[in-house]
Amino acid sequence: MLLTRKSTSVSASPSRLTRNVAGMLGRTIDRRTFLQRSGITLGAGAVATQLPFNLVHKAEAAQDAGGNLEVKRTICTHCSVGCAIDAVVQNGVWIRQEPVFDSPINLGAHCAKGASIREHGMTHDSHRLKTPMKLVGGKWQKVTWDQALKEVSDKLLAIRNDKEKGGPDATFWIGSSKHNNEQSYLFRKFVSMFGTNNMDHQARICHSTTVAGVANTWGYGAMTNSYNDEQNSKCILFFGSNAAEAHPVSMLHTLHAKENGAKVIVVDPRFTRTAAKADTYYRIRSGTDVAFLWGMLHHIFKNGWEDKEYIKARVYGMDKVQAEVAKWTPEEVEKVTGMKEAEVRDVAEKMAKNKPSTIVWAMGQTQHTNGNAIVRASCILQLALGNVGVSGGGTNIYRGHDNVQGATDVGPNPDSLPGYYGIFTGSWKYWSGVWGVDYEWLKGRFASQALMEKPGITVSRWQDAVMEKNENLDQDPNLRAVIFWGHAPNSQNRGKEMVEAMKKLDLLVVIDPYPSATAAMAAMVRQDGVYLLPAATQMECAGSATASNRSIQWREKVIEPMFDSRTDHMIMYQLAEKFGFAKEFMAKIKLTKGKEGKTEPDMEDTLREINRGVWTIGYTGQSPERLQAHMRNLHVFDVKTLRAKGGKDAKTGYVLDGDYYGLPWPCYGNAALKHPGSPNLYDTSKHMMDGGGNFRANFGVEKDGVNLLAEDGSHSKGADITTGYPELDHVLLKKLGWWDELSEGEKKAAEGKNWKTDMSGGLIRVFMKNHGCHPFGNAKARAMVWNFPDAVPLHREPLFSPRPDLIEKYPTHADQKNRWRMPVLFKTVQDANKDAVKQYPLIMTSGRLVEYEGGGDETRSNPWLAELQQEMFVEINPKDANDRGVKNNEYVWVQTPTKARIKVKSQVTERVAPGTVFLPFHFAGWFEGKDLLDYYPEGAAPIVRGEAVNTATTYGYDIVTMMQETKTTLCQVAKA
Amino acid sequence: MARMKFLCDAERCIECNGCVTACKQEHEIPWGVNRRRVVTLNDGVPGEKSISVACMHCSDAPCMAVCPVDCFYKTSEGVVLHDKDLCIGCGYCFYACPFGAPQFPQDGAFGLRGKMDKCTFCAGGPEPDFSAAEFKKYGRNRLAEGKLPACAEMCATKALLGGDSDVIADIYRNRVLKRGKGSEVWGWGTAYGKPEKQPAAQPGAKS
Repeated sequence: MLLTRKSTSVSASPSRLTRNVAGMLGRTIDRRTFLQRSGITLGAGAVATQLPFNLVHKAEAAQDAGGNLEVKRTICTHCSVGCAIDAVVQNGVWIRQEPVFDSPINLGAHCAKGASIREHGMTHDSHRLKTPMKLVGGKWQKVTWDQALKEVSDKLLAIRNDKEKGGPDATFWIGSSKHNNEQSYLFRKFVSMFGTNNMDHQARICHSTTVAGVANTWGYGAMTNSYNDEQNSKCILFFGSNAAEAHPVSMLHTLHAKENGAKVIVVDPRFTRTAAKADTYYRIRSGTDVAFLWGMLHHIFKNGWEDKEYIKARVYGMDKVQAEVAKWTPEEVEKVTGMKEAEVRDVAEKMAKNKPSTIVWAMGQTQHTNGNAIVRASCILQLALGNVGVSGGGTNIYRGHDNVQGATDVGPNPDSLPGYYGIFTGSWKYWSGVWGVDYEWLKGRFASQALMEKPGITVSRWQDAVMEKNENLDQDPNLRAVIFWGHAPNSQNRGKEMVEAMKKLDLLVVIDPYPSATAAMAAMVRQDGVYLLPAATQMECAGSATASNRSIQWREKVIEPMFDSRTDHMIMYQLAEKFGFAKEFMAKIKLTKGKEGKTEPDMEDTLREINRGVWTIGYTGQSPERLQAHMRNLHVFDVKTLRAKGGKDAKTGYVLDGDYYGLPWPCYGNAALKHPGSPNLYDTSKHMMDGGGNFRANFGVEKDGVNLLAEDGSHSKGADITTGYPELDHVLLKKLGWWDELSEGEKKAAEGKNWKTDMSGGLIRVFMKNHGCHPFGNAKARAMVWNFPDAVPLHREPLFSPRPDLIEKYPTHADQKNRWRMPVLFKTVQDANKDAVKQYPLIMTSGRLVEYEGGGDETRSNPWLAELQQEMFVEINPKDANDRGVKNNEYVWVQTPTKARIKVKSQVTERVAPGTVFLPFHFAGWFEGKDLLDYYPEGAAPIVRGEAVNTATTYGYDIVTMMQETKTTLCQVAKA
Repeated sequence: MARMKFLCDAERCIECNGCVTACKQEHEIPWGVNRRRVVTLNDGVPGEKSISVACMHCSDAPCMAVCPVDCFYKTSEGVVLHDKDLCIGCGYCFYACPFGAPQFPQDGAFGLRGKMDKCTFCAGGPEPDFSAAEFKKYGRNRLAEGKLPACAEMCATKALLGGDSDVIADIYRNRVLKRGKGSEVWGWGTAYGKPEKQPAAQPGAKS
């Protein structure tokens, strides 16, 4: 019997297939050919195609009633690539998700996380935190929102008002890179009004070293180019990034570049899945990044492969770098990194001879005790090759969370107000003005003006601020209350000590869609004083998110907040009411009706306030209207350039032509100026109004008699000033004789102001639009950052070094008495652990898995993902395993010099070299061999639980930013 | 009429499992049943290659040949489907299938396997299109909606192609020409027959 099925299919399939791969086809196969060949037209039953199955019968009736079928466009929340998703919603229920082929970023593609994001909307068997909870006698008890908010705010106020042992600085607020821009921005404002700078978010432990190191090199601390722009690269070096697992959809662009001839190189301690897709892979000893980069530069300078003209015109201090590089002979490089001369030379030659070439990094470079030096050395490599400000070149720095870039830009940073304005007196005065509050009132909210202007405690070290001797702190009280507002504790090192700190707190609050490992860790050691408040996800509210390439995408709300959860901004507003500053908090922002008619801040109006205030990094041109027009017209943007070719938004009449997708910041001036956004930073080949630029003048005009401004002839295309110039202020504009190009109103606003504080945008308009000049000036990039401890990046051995013989030559820093309000140890720890390698002979490093994200509480609660990775494991080389009598897939104990030990499954593989082990960091829910299932609120434990690698990771922080060391430490593995 | 096929480009597959969760999500497939999975060869060493595998909807499908109750049938587009009402869960198809595609939701001794489940190329089953019964037994029917299989549509790197064989062969041929390698199309010889029908067949190419 051979049935032939009814041939009723609508069969628009081939055209979908072409759309699916269209962006990858180039011009060689055109769409029309396909359409003709298959004789297909779209259309038949286009509405019917969206019909959800389980509502088919109902839907037929519903259609008659007007139909409640809606398609909401949102952005995946699982990494910084920014994949678009069409969510099909019926009567408020999220029933399907469809690929958005038109997105120039992901062309419909998803990894395991993006393809299963609909789980967000599943109500049956959900592992979400469903109601507010309170720990009573060691057990979780349901409470109402009213009770929870009252008790939490009463306790916080009591601590705040305790003159003896409290004050606002006794609280610590951990915000989130999962918050959208508006929420992140409100979070900074909210905690400021509570009266402290003690706030932070994931960027601290993800790219803080990048942000500080890269911004101090050339102006802005962000990815210079974009994932898409890799299609223009001829050579791509992945050094400290495993994109195939951490940013899978970015590989769409990488592999396309590779197919067009680009060389793909991976240098990593581990043969990653990215390495499996590369042309060339070389292994390096973990933590020796600077040595490798200087080794490359050694060959570049020796062979004259550097771009001398570029260096002369656009780089300061390369001579000092050359002097350091000279020490890194191939022999020395091999001794330190384990890489052979031929290998290092090969990478250098490929990068130098296949330009434009780009370098990609993520946590592999940043999470080290000398992270700031590593990222700067990478910048210097690209400067030496003349690769920065060039399409296909740049430093492609892959951020982690979906909005970690945005939260860094405008969110809860302990050392800066939104937009990197800092926390100087002037910064506070400026932002008081933007917020519409009295500066004196705001100052009165803080314990003192000194603390108002002192960078707060970092999230990486909150446990030390609880445990440290009080006299060692650079603030009066120790921390007594910590609020985890969308942050996983298991993504931070020294987990065992964190549990001790949790014990000691007066109050611990978790505000999160999931109870997170915090809840379980706290319930393991506490009886009371812990609250869990259910927050909504980003699928349950609208707002904008900044992808790694600085493109800003607007999310529509897909569904109402599920269960008893509330949006983060609603919770902030309700707490502000309790604290008594709701009016000031919302002085210039509209309120709107949220879930169940409750009041919450309006997200679009919040973005408008960001637009009014953040001139420094050009968050001013991205009005909600422009962003939303982009989201409705994804198809007009070119995949390779991200630029709109024509196009007009049908709904608003907005002309899209010339805009770059998502108006990647900086998008200078107000929205009316219609700056298109900047696809590649510092690109002098384009006019300012076409998204061009140059390096920033942020460090003065000269240093020790050497000119810091760009040399003659080096400037953005069409600039009226054809040499270097300082940043723009009212004096400069007058000197240039361009003041009268301002309108009378603009003159009034701009008098006494600079481009960062002129809220009319007039200064920028005249300078940029009329004269093609860059408001932040035109200077050289700094290969030598004199304000950092290591002006020229130096190799320093990790605190827990596997090579004690190298410690004397490459020691770490001296201990520091006060960094970010606390002492931090370097030399003491390194010296004390000089012989640790004898007992702990294996290098322990950690990283990501494709199925999970971050601390993993959300993704390990998604059954479609959880099924794919059911157990925490350690990758260990067959030699190391055999020497320990360990076979594949059996339990082992991994112990570190902290004495913490974790029980995980062995995965015996040559992915890691002998002497190195790798553990993924997404797991939590076990603690030193014990399953914490009973410590989660019932029904809210993640499906998959396992040991957190960070229970065992050791001490270590970057000297500039307090980035944690998670990539290089020592351990021993033994059969369990 | 189109002839539907799957093609997985091993030069592009990064083992991200997007295809696997796309499938699970779209059809709400229970834990333990995997219509699609990613297989990696040479894991962790140079030469590592991954392939996404599901029912290939073979031209001369062995499952159909061995089924004692003739529950399989083939659509006019070449999609191999089966009727769960007829299936007795004997497991012969599983032994016959060169790709390990048939899945059995229940473990245990003979007779307790339950109805076989496998990839439908997102084409549903014998029940009326878009009916509740069709969804429950076979999942969604994307082909009838004018869409292609969710796994291929959402593939992170466009490694997995699913659709009209002429079209996917052209896309693949274009890639192979550009990169000058990777002409081996995994599984096509087994699934779809004679090598000369494969795209961009080159001397020495494996199938």
